[in-house]
Amino acid sequence: MSATMTTEPRQFPVSMRVLHWLMAAMVLTMLGIGVAMVASLSYYHRLISIHRPLGILILIFVVIRFVNRRFSTMPPFPATMSSQERFIAHASEMLLYALLFVQPLVGWGMLSAARYPIVLFGGLHLFPILPHSVMLYAALRKTHTALAYLLFAVFIAHFSAVLFHTVVLRDRLLSRMALGDGVGSKEY
Amino acid sequence: MPSDETPPAGNQPAPLSVFSTLARLAGVGVIILLVIAGFLYLGGWFNPHELTPARFVNGFQKVFGIHSGFRRNHAKGICVRGFFESNGNGTRLSKAVVFGVGRVPVIGRFSLGGGNPYASDDPEAIRGFGLLFRLRDGEQWRMAMINRPVFPFHTPRDFYDNLIASKPDPKTHKPDPKKMVAFMASHPEFAQAVKIFQSRPVSSGFDNSTFNGLNAFRFTNAAGVTTPVRWSMVPVDAFKPEGTAQSANLDKNYLFDDFITRIHNAPVQWRLILTVGQSGDRTDDATIPWPADREQVDAGRLTLDAVEAEAPGNCRDVNFDPLVLPVGIAPSDDPLLSARSAIYSKSFTRRAGEKKEPSAITPADVRK
Ligand code: HEM
Ligand code: HEM
Repeated sequence: MSATMTTEPRQFPVSMRVLHWLMAAMVLTMLGIGVAMVASLSYYHRLISIHRPLGILILIFVVIRFVNRRFSTMPPFPATMSSQERFIAHASEMLLYALLFVQPLVGWGMLSAARYPIVLFGGLHLFPILPHSVMLYAALRKTHTALAYLLFAVFIAHFSAVLFHTVVLRDRLLSRMALGDGVGSKEY
Repeated sequence: MPSDETPPAGNQPAPLSVFSTLARLAGVGVIILLVIAGFLYLGGWFNPHELTPARFVNGFQKVFGIHSGFRRNHAKGICVRGFFESNGNGTRLSKAVVFGVGRVPVIGRFSLGGGNPYASDDPEAIRGFGLLFRLRDGEQWRMAMINRPVFPFHTPRDFYDNLIASKPDPKTHKPDPKKMVAFMASHPEFAQAVKIFQSRPVSSGFDNSTFNGLNAFRFTNAAGVTTPVRWSMVPVDAFKPEGTAQSANLDKNYLFDDFITRIHNAPVQWRLILTVGQSGDRTDDATIPWPADREQVDAGRLTLDAVEAEAPGNCRDVNFDPLVLPVGIAPSDDPLLSARSAIYSKSFTRRAGEKKEPSAITPADVRK
């Protein structure tokens, strides 16, 4: 198969690739900060002071990213992927978008329900989005943990699939998302 | 990279040998496991002896039991409301809006230390005062103070070890004296604090108690100058020693009942006193008092004019987290501060989700 046979792009557009890696770094950092802060007495305060603004930044980015995706042309899936695999890949991507949108909202919502000031940095803080109710806080706090674990599980599935394609099937799946043109890295 | 591969023709990679496929699959598996292990490590899974917020709160529960819906410490309490009138003196030390001349609403909570919400009032019990200032634009200042001049524990671990050592023996219903002696011996700062506590006369009630923040904070003023500060609420009511008649009181809520009578009579007031630290004063150790000659700034007057039983939406549902601070006040290097914030959050999360039992002080007790 040669590249001249088709006019379809081989890679995701640059904007999508940049957003993808930026967000991957932010989300992994958030998951790490989240599990570390609730287990640490000495780092709790410093970590949660980063957790809140970074989480809100993810909320902003996921909206930008979703809109950007709607207006972008995506490269076709590699021929090595069966239709089921494509369906699963697509569904898991949609699930990731949904989680990255809902999780920060749950974080914001639970702090609202507990009537904490939702400090981002300095004097900048968010308005509450839910009424004062400690029962609601407790339910959302559990949801925040459950969604974080689900997010981690989906990330692991996504990461495993990409590694499998790249290292075992060697179908250059990763080059679709590579920051460079992905051509130099012939094989892994 | 295994060498049994021929270079790929065009875009199609050459097929892998069985061995090479398995080796690559194993490689993928190892990477995934390492990532998972990394997260478990961050979450403290490989450190079962490290003190975490959850383990600390479990410690309170082990000693006091689980009382559904109540704070794991300072469980017994009542709610108060009022306002703080700043005289502007504090602006010298901090640009926090609370120190500008003016009046801000507050809510608060008086409590007794310990995790039993139905404990009998005891003059020796630690009296707690949680306070929340509602500042402009949704900013807040929260604090939780006690009627002691120093804190008896330097680190969270010291507090935890003492808590566990003080667990009453199921037979004698008293802490094991041997464990307490051992703790005293290994923690001279604790023995010193107990001596200070015992040498001071106890006041007769909440209204004439001095409440101290104990932890040091960093105050930054408009010029950008940062100063270490500790603060206290000093009562306007004159000191009255605890009377013997009072201790013999049969009313198990006498401290709270006396306060309710007092506040119905007239508003109760305190002065917010900021103690200015100097270089060399320890900011990371709440067991060490600062020298008595440190400058004190009277920043204004707190007036409480209403009292309520704990109820949905009032002080019951607030976490008096000492690290909810306005711009102009920041935590010091005291290891207790981040730990308190983490542990209060855990205690708050647990009690928030539980069924709420009625408090010892009921709405009927609070009526005029
Ligand atoms: C994609 C975004 C986010 C991710 C991946 C995330 C992840 C996490 C994780 C893993 C935890 C620990 C859960 C546990 O083990 O119980 C956590 C806790 C928490 N998160 Fe988030 N979070 C996000 C966004 C936010 C936002 C936007 C806020 C608030 C504005 C927030 C506030 C909190 C709070 C307050 C806690 C609990 C702290 C405590 O219990 O003391 N999170 N988060
Ligand atoms: C590592 C040290 C400490 C630990 C583990 C600890 C633990 C706790 C816990 C679990 C609560 C209940 C929180 C809630 O559910 O809302 C609490 C409340 C309280 N603590 Fe501490 N505490 C510590 C240090 C201090 C210090 C240094 C002070 C005083 C300067 C203090 C004063 C209070 C007061 C007044 C309350 C009651 C606040 C309220 O009414 O909600 N604590 N503490």
